[in-house]
Amino acid sequence: MIMDVKDIIKPENLVYKKNKVLTNNVMHYCPGCSHGTVHKLIAEVIDEMGIQDKTIGISPVGCAVFAYNYVDIDWQQAAHGRAPALATAIKRLCPDKYVFTYQGDGDLASIGTAEIMHACNRGENIVVIFINNAIYGMTGGQMAPTTLLGMVTSTTPYGRQADLNGYPLKITELIAQLEGTCYVTRQSVQNAAAARKTKKALRKAFENSNQSKGTSFVEVVSSCGSGWKLSPVQANIWMEENMFPYYPLGDLKDR
Amino acid sequence: MKEEIIIAGFGGQGVLSMGKILAYSGIMQDQEVTWMPSYGPEMRGGTANVTVIISDKRISSPIVNTYDTAIILNQQSLDKFEPMVKAGGLLIYDPNGIIRHPVRKDIHIYSIEAVEEAAKLGNAKAYNMIVLGAFLKLKSIVKMENVIKGLKKSIPERHHHLIPMNEQAIEVGMGAAKQLNAV
Amino acid sequence: MAEKVLKKGNEGIALGAIHCGCDGYFGYPITPQSEVMETLMEEKPWETTGMVVLQAESEIASINMVHGGACCGKKVMTSSSSPGLSLMCEGLSYLAASELPCVVVNVVRGGPGLGTIQPSQGDYYQAVKGGGHGDYKTIVLAPFSAQEMYDFVGLGFDLAFKYRIPVMMLTDGMIGQMMEKVELRPQQARLSDQEIVSRYGSWATTGKTSDRPKNAVTSLALESKVHEALNFKLQAKYAEITEHEVRFETLACEDAEYLLVAYGSVARICESAVEAARAQGIKLGLLRPITLFPFPNVEIQRMIPQLKGILSVELSAGQMVDDIRLAVEGKVPVHFYGRLGGMIPSPQEVLEACKAHYIK
Repeated sequence: MIMDVKDIIKPENLVYKKNKVLTNNVMHYCPGCSHGTVHKLIAEVIDEMGIQDKTIGISPVGCAVFAYNYVDIDWQQAAHGRAPALATAIKRLCPDKYVFTYQGDGDLASIGTAEIMHACNRGENIVVIFINNAIYGMTGGQMAPTTLLGMVTSTTPYGRQADLNGYPLKITELIAQLEGTCYVTRQSVQNAAAARKTKKALRKAFENSNQSKGTSFVEVVSSCGSGWKLSPVQANIWMEENMFPYYPLGDLKDR
Repeated sequence: MKEEIIIAGFGGQGVLSMGKILAYSGIMQDQEVTWMPSYGPEMRGGTANVTVIISDKRISSPIVNTYDTAIILNQQSLDKFEPMVKAGGLLIYDPNGIIRHPVRKDIHIYSIEAVEEAAKLGNAKAYNMIVLGAFLKLKSIVKMENVIKGLKKSIPERHHHLIPMNEQAIEVGMGAAKQLNAV
Repeated sequence: MAEKVLKKGNEGIALGAIHCGCDGYFGYPITPQSEVMETLMEEKPWETTGMVVLQAESEIASINMVHGGACCGKKVMTSSSSPGLSLMCEGLSYLAASELPCVVVNVVRGGPGLGTIQPSQGDYYQAVKGGGHGDYKTIVLAPFSAQEMYDFVGLGFDLAFKYRIPVMMLTDGMIGQMMEKVELRPQQARLSDQEIVSRYGSWATTGKTSDRPKNAVTSLALESKVHEALNFKLQAKYAEITEHEVRFETLACEDAEYLLVAYGSVARICESAVEAARAQGIKLGLLRPITLFPFPNVEIQRMIPQLKGILSVELSAGQMVDDIRLAVEGKVPVHFYGRLGGMIPSPQEVLEACKAHYIK
């Protein structure tokens, strides 16, 4: 018997359905990029918690600047690195809202270091989602503060050297030291199991933010095939072999 | 009526607060006022002066070059502001610590021994109110009842129990000014 | 009868913010404007009106906190002084491009660099011509008394929300540190989210409800056509503001042959200069722009036939004088007199400068 497509697409055969908080827009991200997965997880958490009308996201400068095209909530687009300052004001002015920033490594750990440190230190009741792929994606693969030693980027064509470029910044470890943070964790999304753990972490972070516990900080160690000049599969392998030893996964703080 | 006053001395002598009480008294009788400070390099210990203008009409420049009255509490200020008193104007100074006394013959000059009077009262903090009393005696541009209202407005409520002491100091000052030169 | 109090201009800003129903103030200490935040902290408005007051970690953070609050449709503001405003310029450009309302106070100090804490008007170009990147403008109000410092916060918010534009108050330490009589206004209530939507429309990020599409407040438009359209929209708004929102005050201008143009603190000095000139029989008048953008071009042009000369008096090396020259298009001589570095001219000096140029 030859089956037609129509015979397959039936409600009883449905095994997966796009979450309604995720828009129908086609994502601009490169194949294998972690952003799309993290967006999807955020949308699922918002949907499952029933807080679509109460959530305000702040998109960064970087590849995820267009996050507002994909997650169907109210968004603000911040200047480079300043998302935690915007989030601070939103949460203080609208304490019943769920407020999260979505920031890359250049945005959060380089130009926005002051804003993230002080927002976390004040214990703002916000969620920070930190995508660490160790490279500047949008501007074309330059060195990020989290770029590993020896890693080749367009501004470290001979590899990152400590004496020339300093060391990869473990900002999440610094954030965990701050009294204002209640939950600091490092996750990844390279496979289903990892994605499920990240979703759990995001859910916990969002739940924390309306309990006056302080800042919840979720780092997602991510891949950037385009920036790393690797295929999606190779990128995931490279991430596991090189990124995870320097940026070990797991909770750094949970109280 | 328009009275342009400079109050000048060391930081910590209560120059600015004296000016503030005077300005507030003006508001209490519905006059226009400006209070324009000029600090020395430090808020305490350096020189401090404030220009207070009280007028029946709207005040244009809060900064002026000549004054109807100069209230002078240290030597540097006396040297600087004596020449800037308008002819026929008033200069009140505390002679304590003054070695070069005022010399002009075309202005009214009074001394007020405020350090000494404050010591007699047993309250060094009454110093600036004694000086204010001397001024109010010589130029009654604001009524005493409005000065008391001004005092209440310019000091925090938790210090309102000190108002009778301030009133007493003003009265002491009113009786203690000595005329040195008349025009 | 309204309560009359003796307040510094800076204190007036703080009280004006509370009384007009401001939702949030975000600031960073810098002389000569620290009294604004100090007064707010002393007054504790969060216990009365619910207003948020927060000391940020930098001026960059404060202006971006203002960005976040403004996106929510809240009445939010910051204040700083010159070097702080330089740091805020990126944020101001974003706010203007995202069409967000807010009030930003610059109590200008003498520059360039760390400069001096004394009064200056050296930030006129920065305030009036944009300051940050791109083709944008902010409405610029120039208060010249403690009362106007108090009143212009509320006026600033009214204009900011009417046009969805940042409003700057450009003042200096002379007005900020001076105490004057301030007549207080009745307390206005802060707006609820529902009131914000019904009054200003539903552009703000108040939470995406099922009855409307999501609001994404952004200044990004990578497509040239889209971005040009956004720019044209901004320019049309600035033209509308220029047509409707010019504010100024004149003194002794009816028969004036010579005109002083001055704003803010120096306008007070110039008022005294006009009084002195009139006493000498010199027909001198004063035009005080209250809005620096939009600039009172039309009023200056209207006076051209009666004028023999204009003197722009500023605490700068001569910035507003450019706008006066653009207004008169060479039809009347325009000269400049100014002091720098915190020096303040006396009324006599202003009058002498005017005489030196025009009355030989």
